[in-house]
Amino acid sequence: MSRTIRGKVAVVGVGETPYYKRGQSPDAEFKLALDAVINACKDAQFSTKDIDGFASFSNDRNDPSKLANALGCKELRFSNMQWGGGGGGGSGAIANAAAAIATGMAESVIVFRALAQGQFGRFGQGPRSNVVSGAGAYTVPYGLMSPAQSFAMKVNRFMHDHGVKQEALRAISLASYHHAQNNPRAVMHGRPLDEQKYDESRWIVEPFHLFDCCLENDGAAAMLLVDAERAKDFPHKPVYILSALTGAHYRAGASAHNTPDYATSTFKTTSSRLYDMAEVKPSDVNVAQIYENFTGGVLMSVVEHGFCEPDECNEFFVKENLIAPSGKLPTNTSGGNLAECYMHGLGLNIEAVRQVREESTNQVPDADVALVASGPMVTPVSSSIFGSVATL
Amino acid sequence: MSYLNPGLPIPVPAADGLDKPYWDAIANDRLVLQVCEDCGTYQWGPEWICHACNSSNLRFEEIEPKGRIYSYERVWHPVHPALKDQGPYIIVLVEFPEQSNARMVGNLIGDPHQEVVIGTPVSAVFEHNNESDPAFTLVHWKVD
Repeated sequence: MSRTIRGKVAVVGVGETPYYKRGQSPDAEFKLALDAVINACKDAQFSTKDIDGFASFSNDRNDPSKLANALGCKELRFSNMQWGGGGGGGSGAIANAAAAIATGMAESVIVFRALAQGQFGRFGQGPRSNVVSGAGAYTVPYGLMSPAQSFAMKVNRFMHDHGVKQEALRAISLASYHHAQNNPRAVMHGRPLDEQKYDESRWIVEPFHLFDCCLENDGAAAMLLVDAERAKDFPHKPVYILSALTGAHYRAGASAHNTPDYATSTFKTTSSRLYDMAEVKPSDVNVAQIYENFTGGVLMSVVEHGFCEPDECNEFFVKENLIAPSGKLPTNTSGGNLAECYMHGLGLNIEAVRQVREESTNQVPDADVALVASGPMVTPVSSSIFGSVATL
Repeated sequence: MSYLNPGLPIPVPAADGLDKPYWDAIANDRLVLQVCEDCGTYQWGPEWICHACNSSNLRFEEIEPKGRIYSYERVWHPVHPALKDQGPYIIVLVEFPEQSNARMVGNLIGDPHQEVVIGTPVSAVFEHNNESDPAFTLVHWKVD
């Protein structure tokens, strides 16, 4: 099959800034973005001057032309924004960058995301305007305005339909916090979570306790992508993109919660295409990074990526199944958005790369195939599958 | 008395005029949905064309103000200063089985700690906030 990006592009460098609690970055957001790019290039032993493309998502504020200017890139060939809010574009930006390289539009593309919420305001708060119109007018005056509130009704319906218990959500949170204790980069490193602490934590909106909700952080992350042939000349083991794509089901964008298939993470139509392109099955996946805006989104994403039947969630979602190195599906092995850092899911893609490189702080043995699901319950969502050279 | 403490953003008709018939209707205790004159499909929120047949021949039709709870959530954490002393409140997603399963978001009147059961029949309660500037109406729901 010629119409594929499978194996044509590889990640050769990853970089992050330190991760801060929201509002605590000593640097401006643009400086964070630059530092992450520089760190990704250092990791690859690659000159920033030779970057010729940038791809991001979720309306990142750091314009590629300004980045290329500040870095002194010789030429800009590709500047790309994946439409859609939340973290739904985390793997989509990688898909777009890979497509640009595979088709010869650019050679050395940075995928990045930078956030400084102290500088620019928070996600988890309602609007501060005096009036609201359009789609927001059908929800905001009823007190439905934050991301947690926007997704809880989907999760409640899914849990109702399939008899899912609160303990299944708890297991997802416990696994993330478990992994963060081994990851010195994690904001929640040194702050373990147990069942009692979870159960006693306050409700944000049922079924989400405090520990079911992602962090809000400042920081930046970047990865450098090049053609697979060139990738062999870089210092690290190349991590090949086996598949990366975006999508959404029928009328996923309907306003006022009118999406016909409502109780979904939005991956039902994308996951089969993802596996087809990657030429792998769910049982081939060694480790998964599943975007946790909220644990309920992880639950549905795991189901819709074929790892578990919807009616088996209570048996599947137990901590032992979700933790490295020996769980059935080690999930969010950096601590993820719940406990490492909320970098809109790009950190999850970086952790997938680390797993395939065998450099994770929670390494899964023989992690040749790593899957990332980005931004459940928004539209569009995206997923990616990374593989070692053995998978080509 | 309003279900939620006053001070949240006030809903106003969209500047493009698309949903003004809805706001006018609920101000007069009439619940309306958009329906396609050509194929009969109902939809909510309002769009310029019918999502089923793409006709522009749409109107707002009054419906019986009854539905059933499709999903719900009990909110505890205030994300807006107006809700600081609110305490928990319930949001329901109400489905209209006779109208192409269109849905509306509202609050569930009554004890905020009440058990909520998906599938329960509910009826609309129009909340007129006439002291507000501008005045506005919300549509809440109570269990039948």
